[in-house]
Amino acid sequence: MSSIECLLIEDNPGDVELTRESLKHGRIRNNLHVVEDGELALDYLFQRGEYANTLLPDIILLDLNLPKIDGREVLRALKTDSRRRHIPVIILSSSEAAQDIQESYRLHANCFISKPVQLNDFIKAVQMIETFWIDIVHLPTLPVE
Amino acid sequence: MEVQPIDILLIEDNPGDIELVRAAFEEARAYNHLTVINDGQEAVEFFEKGEAAPDLILLDINLPKVNGFEVLQKIRATQKGINVPVVILSSSEIELDINRSYSQYTDHFITKPVDFDKFIAVVKSIGKFWLSVVKLPEKKE
Repeated sequence: MSSIECLLIEDNPGDVELTRESLKHGRIRNNLHVVEDGELALDYLFQRGEYANTLLPDIILLDLNLPKIDGREVLRALKTDSRRRHIPVIILSSSEAAQDIQESYRLHANCFISKPVQLNDFIKAVQMIETFWIDIVHLPTLPVE
Repeated sequence: MEVQPIDILLIEDNPGDIELVRAAFEEARAYNHLTVINDGQEAVEFFEKGEAAPDLILLDINLPKVNGFEVLQKIRATQKGINVPVVILSSSEIELDINRSYSQYTDHFITKPVDFDKFIAVVKSIGKFWLSVVKLPEKKE
């Protein structure tokens, strides 16, 4: 896989910039797409409206608390769709609540990561996500039927 | 980032791979308890019976009696196993296997490296990622 299309679903501009700057591999950073609310996320993922010709992402970073449509609803819609449920979703949320963690896994998030409050820890966490998912994990690559 | 040891269930029939995983996790001090199950049927029964759920499952695909895909499907159908993270650790690099695994809600698909040192490094990375970066769900007893 030459480049990795990554969709970041995040409404906090500071976290968007921090995530972008923390990514070291050009393979992800150069193909990082951002949407700021749950409604746009569903348009993007279900290729509607302005996103009709957009490629589906290889991997998704998803915040839970989003404007318009909640992150949990985005996750539910994606993971119950037979053409999209294989796409790995990493929850990147400021929540540490056991209920949020539990619910995310029940809705088939691929992993749940709490955003560290400290800047350096945030950068380190994003880089560990990147290293693990690019260097160690085999992402699904088949075109969707 | 502090590392909390966890209970891991390894579903794997190859004795060499079992020892490698055990050695790598021991070196990384990554688990409290490693339970090993050698065939798919036993793995399904583990979840259907009253055993406590592990924190993390490492699952091979080519298993005796019941293959890894069926095991995954059956684990996900139980209350105890619906949200336990499952890492597929397989020698397969076939795209169809990878896609099918994700469609059945595996959390990661990882191809076992053939090289010994790389295998150890990959297992350690799994431990490091899940123990120091990720928040695991609470276990269902």
